[in-house]
Amino acid sequence: MIGMSKILEKEFITPEVFRMKIDAPDIARKRKAGQFIILRTCDEGERIPLTIADADADEGWLELVVQVVGKTTKFFSRLEVGDSICDLVGPLGRPTHIERYGNVVVIGGGIGIAPSHPIAGAMKAAGNKVISILGGRTKDLVIMEDKMKAASDQIVITTDDGSYGMKGLVTDALQKLIDNGVNVDLVVAIGPPIMMKFVSLLTKKYEIPTLVSLNTIMVDGTGMCGACRVTVGGETKFVCVDGPEFDGHKVDFDEMMMRQRMYVEQEKESMERHCPHNH
Amino acid sequence: MEEEKKLTPRERLKIPPQPMPEQDPKERIGNVDEVPYGYDEELARTEAMRCLQCKNAPCIAACPVEIDIPAFIKFIVDGKYREAINKIKETNILPAVCGRVCPQEEQCQRTCIVGKSRKSIDEAVQIGKLERFAADWEMKQGEAEVPDVKPPTGKRVAIVGSGPAGLTVAADVRREGHEVTMFEALHKPGGVLIYGIPEFRLPKRIVMREVENLERMGVKLERNKVIGKLYTIDELLEDEGYDAVFVGTGAGLPLFMRIPGENLNGVYSANEYLTRANLMQAYSFPETDTPIALVKNVAVFGGGNVAMDSARTALRLGAENVYLVYRRSRIEMPARIEEVHHAEEEGVQLCLLQNPTRIIGDKNGWVNAVECIKMELGEPDASGRRRPVPIKDSEFTIDVDACIVAIGNASNPLVPDTTPDLETNRWGNIIADDETMKTNKRGVFAGGDIVLGAATVILAMGQGRTAAAAINEYLKTDEW
Ligand SMILES: Cc1cc2nc3c(=O)[nH]c(=O)nc-3n(C[C@H](O)[C@H](O)[C@H](O)COP(=O)(O)OP(=O)(O)OC[C@H]3O[C@@H](n4cnc5c(N)ncnc54)[C@H](O)[C@@H]3O)c2cc1C
Ligand code: FES
Repeated sequence: MIGMSKILEKEFITPEVFRMKIDAPDIARKRKAGQFIILRTCDEGERIPLTIADADADEGWLELVVQVVGKTTKFFSRLEVGDSICDLVGPLGRPTHIERYGNVVVIGGGIGIAPSHPIAGAMKAAGNKVISILGGRTKDLVIMEDKMKAASDQIVITTDDGSYGMKGLVTDALQKLIDNGVNVDLVVAIGPPIMMKFVSLLTKKYEIPTLVSLNTIMVDGTGMCGACRVTVGGETKFVCVDGPEFDGHKVDFDEMMMRQRMYVEQEKESMERHCPHNH
Repeated sequence: MEEEKKLTPRERLKIPPQPMPEQDPKERIGNVDEVPYGYDEELARTEAMRCLQCKNAPCIAACPVEIDIPAFIKFIVDGKYREAINKIKETNILPAVCGRVCPQEEQCQRTCIVGKSRKSIDEAVQIGKLERFAADWEMKQGEAEVPDVKPPTGKRVAIVGSGPAGLTVAADVRREGHEVTMFEALHKPGGVLIYGIPEFRLPKRIVMREVENLERMGVKLERNKVIGKLYTIDELLEDEGYDAVFVGTGAGLPLFMRIPGENLNGVYSANEYLTRANLMQAYSFPETDTPIALVKNVAVFGGGNVAMDSARTALRLGAENVYLVYRRSRIEMPARIEEVHHAEEEGVQLCLLQNPTRIIGDKNGWVNAVECIKMELGEPDASGRRRPVPIKDSEFTIDVDACIVAIGNASNPLVPDTTPDLETNRWGNIIADDETMKTNKRGVFAGGDIVLGAATVILAMGQGRTAAAAINEYLKTDEW
């Protein structure tokens, strides 16, 4: 119903990333690790998918972690505690398949750390040994360190510029784990497509099963439009209903990255128009 | 009207069909307003006089919801418009919609004796236009009368999907006094009527008005609720306390052609293209936030209503060349004649007996051409239409910056996937009994495109009616 999803908490984690707790009891009760929601912040707004970073079934809230990238997320970031979100639908997508694999490496890159958090937690609860690798360009962009620590058995941090943790990319940290003889049974990687691509290339070499969570452009989120389509193993799949998680070794990342750029020009135009001085 | 009584059948047969005034094609491609303006009273009554009031009325049997056509037309002749619309509403709750989008030329008007006598289906009594007239007349009178609702029965019915099938069930079940909740996945109700069929063919205020009427009857609408995700069918029945569930989730799973280049930027399914334009109002970008490709040259693949709607939408979004590529010839086109006519008038270029083989992109991954092959018609296939066969080495390319694939839909899998004991056929359509729309699962009924495959508004409504009657019966007797 319109105006039902109230914002309960809001906090900027970095200047460009904010965390929001939203009142959504029915979704909070149902959602499982790996699922996402679609929301519309206002009546003229577009529908954007966001992965659920955390939820509490008893208290009835969802947590989203959002990076400001365009007009919609900018507008979203200006909403305050007490405001309501016009439309919120979920949980969407298939949940992560959780079972006891053994040693699971969960890789979160940048904003991708948020959605990897519930997966790490669920994997650990299922009896896996969870090693989490958190990567960011620089120290400030490595978010949710404490939460990830709590959800994992071990955590490794990498930054591109070496300002925090190990200097390098998440793939360097993963390579090091492998070189050190850690027996990795599953890798779950969530982050920028380019990161997921290189993680998948690396794990393919060692034949380590790898799940990636894709964040494509979406409209309805119910399989009705095909905006979210990607090629997986030579076949067209709809991320919103067949995913969002797929076998990283089969995803055509280059095509996916190309499709994500479909509206860059128009997104710029929309941003210029609505937030002329502020980006 | 005095003079009316005196008309002999012969005189009636002499009156030509009354055309409906329309927006000029050149003007209308610059706006999204409705194309035909509708009849005024005089045109409507003249058209109505053409009806012979046949005793056996073949038109009634040819209407999927069996509207008493001669009766409502007679009321229009007599200027009794309230009676006319009430007569239609006895069996059709969405006359303003059906008057605009039904394929009358394949249904009621096809059997009309007037058309037969004049040796042209086009010259049959314009039943659809008269239906629209009566419905529009009622809208002009202000708020519709809320139908009587019987006292509460204590029974609860969940309806999944708010397209024409769901809306019909909601009205008919609510009238019996049952509590009705309609769950809709999108943020606006109406199904294809809202997200698919464009404003210039079916103004959205008409659909919203019908939904508001249902809400005034006490139907509860839950937007943004995806059944199969938030609740499964079993959960609705067991945990949420519903006594019956109607599944009207539509066809909505777009098919692609499986040709190279189909995932290039600028290639849309018709569903996506139309949803961006209609539901998300991308035609007002950047006032609204949803973008859509604004390009000069567009190819649409397909020959049905959906293809026509996509092509005509592309023109309104500023395209200069819109090519409609269809693999058979004009007579096999499944689109309504009126839609093909409107599309051509507006400048859509029909490329018949051609089939896309490959979509070609530029270095940024955007479409810049489509390769097609010429076709010829061979022997009839299972559908009775002559099978198109490619002509060897006849490939050629058309320069385009966007492609819209409108070759049909498969059924939406969200409900069947999460209701393992619900029977579906090999295309994923839910199997339901024709006479009751009961599925194999106790308490669960289904109808509309999810059962029929992509069909029509009126057939979806017809199944909705049938289902509603069976639901009311089931709730009364508790017999399955
Ligand atoms: C572009 C276009 C043009 C058309 N033109 C014509 C025409 O001119 N004349 C004509 O007669 N027919 C036309 N049709 C066909 C007609 O619109 C359909 O046959 C009719 O709408 C089917 O009705 P329905 O109620 O079965 O489903 P739909 O109208 O498809 O409605 C289904 C609804 O269910 C919702 N839903 C789906 N899954 C779920 C879920 N899991 N939980 C909750 N909600 C869900 C969907 O969001 C949707 O709102 C056209 C179709 C299209 C796409
Ligand atoms: S977002 Fe429309 S099908 Fe996935």
